Amino acid sequence: MKLARDTWLIFQRQLHLLLRNPVWVFVGVFQPVMYLLLFAPLLKPALGAATQAEAYKIFVPGLLVLLAIFGGLFQGFGLIAELRAGVIERSRVTPVSRLALLLGRSLRDVVSLMTQAVIITLLALLFDLRVFIGDLLLAYLMLALIALMTSAVSYGVALKVKSEDALAPLMNTVAQPVLLLSGILLPLAFAPGWLQGVAKWNPFSWAVDGTRALFNGDIGDDRVWQGLSIIAVLAAAGVYWAARQFARSVR
Amino acid sequence: MIETRGLRKSFRSRAGRETKTVEAVRGVDLDVPAGEIFGFLGPNGAGKTTTLRMLATLIEPDGGQATIAGADLLKDPGEVRRRIGYVAQGGSTWDESTGREELVLQARMYGIRKTEAQRRAARALEAFQLVEFADRKCKTYSGGQRRRVEIALGIIHEPKIVFLDEPTTGLDPQSRAHMWDEIRRLRADGMTVFITTHYLDEADALCDRIAIMDHGEVVAEGTPADLKREISGDVVQVGLDVTATGEAEKLLDGEEYVNRLELLDEGGLRLFVDEGATAIPRILRRVDAAGLDLRSIELHRPSLDDVFLTKTGRSLRES
Repeated sequence: MKLARDTWLIFQRQLHLLLRNPVWVFVGVFQPVMYLLLFAPLLKPALGAATQAEAYKIFVPGLLVLLAIFGGLFQGFGLIAELRAGVIERSRVTPVSRLALLLGRSLRDVVSLMTQAVIITLLALLFDLRVFIGDLLLAYLMLALIALMTSAVSYGVALKVKSEDALAPLMNTVAQPVLLLSGILLPLAFAPGWLQGVAKWNPFSWAVDGTRALFNGDIGDDRVWQGLSIIAVLAAAGVYWAARQFARSVR
Repeated sequence: MIETRGLRKSFRSRAGRETKTVEAVRGVDLDVPAGEIFGFLGPNGAGKTTTLRMLATLIEPDGGQATIAGADLLKDPGEVRRRIGYVAQGGSTWDESTGREELVLQARMYGIRKTEAQRRAARALEAFQLVEFADRKCKTYSGGQRRRVEIALGIIHEPKIVFLDEPTTGLDPQSRAHMWDEIRRLRADGMTVFITTHYLDEADALCDRIAIMDHGEVVAEGTPADLKREISGDVVQVGLDVTATGEAEKLLDGEEYVNRLELLDEGGLRLFVDEGATAIPRILRRVDAAGLDLRSIELHRPSLDDVFLTKTGRSLRES
């Protein structure tokens, strides 16, 4: 009960501060829209898709997973600013739940990602993307879990390294192979066998496969439950680890 | 209100391949009674902030015991958190929030209900003369205003004891005097106040009792008056021409009532004596007999800086 109350308290505060500065909506949506307008049209001939809608069915889920990964991984920067301002230390001397300090922030990130995802989906509808609402909601669950995991990990790492200078290269180094090995931009079906083998070890590639299956209306596809389970387990592990960083007393 | 025995903390630091263990705090015993302003003095790196952060539950001690406001620091840090307030040195407010928002949030993090939190925030804003700025963003506040918000944040849950880490560092003299009044007001409200400082005048003017820390240990503890009395009695300052100073030094250095002697840059001597009243006539006779021109003679009680010098072997100003 205390956890729920404290999480809600931190969530409200973080959301309030986010809404006070609405530029983020524009920034957060601008880049994916550019991909949608300037990159997606190349895909129909490149993928050999029959229609533009077919190409979007492959590309939009990848784009949304990409947003969830990157949106989460770079949240740690905000936390470093809070560390520097002494806000985190001030929270730590109160009896507020440590898990709530993390969850309140990560859930704010999930909500902000969801807003972006809805906007992107609505825009894609204009390009004849069609997806069942039930499938879409399950895909959103996948995105929410990804964002929860990546933002929690980013906060945990931020608490450990405590400096933007260390966090930026670290996150980029993680994000790049994750991105390339997940078939986000182009499906890994085109990849040579060894590359597909390596990608099997990338949990995000499972997430992308699952999300694509959902956009394709194949809710019964094994890749859906596999992707969801893998990401759910990782999200739980990420949250657990990051909450411990909040609880641990540091110098 | 605070009782510690043998509180210890060491840190491992890596320089190149070597790992060094730095003993930041090596066995601190403190007894702070309720209702006092207790000053914790020491040069940078003496271990006072580490000690404070241990007492405020921010870092875990390696060993020792501590009871704070009746709760055991090692066994029940959660209960200690409920009973204490802590105001960090480097600030704790968020630029984009308002003072009122920060106060309400802080109260609610202590589990206080929303309406009560709002009521307390309003009361704190009034008590700290912040009503005018309450709904402006913290980034627009002056240093003194911001520090007042931070103190208000530290006591919003009405703790029995509040820890203030260098509360006046970086404030202009007027804000500093104002802050002293605020701190005295906390004591008048029945709170125990534990402050660290490296300003000796602040410790002297504000604190009921002080402890001096050096190299991770408490080297002296007592009221400022006791500590000053403890060291070599009085200081007699003799003003002389620079040319006459050398000769006066030779004359007085051997005298049995002079414990120690320092030269002054502007000419003259500082003599540390047991009893100023009996030393002054004897000094005057010697100086007069030698035909030296005396410009002034003053009797000082020793300052806390003298205490510091005696206890740590160096002046706080140079450390």
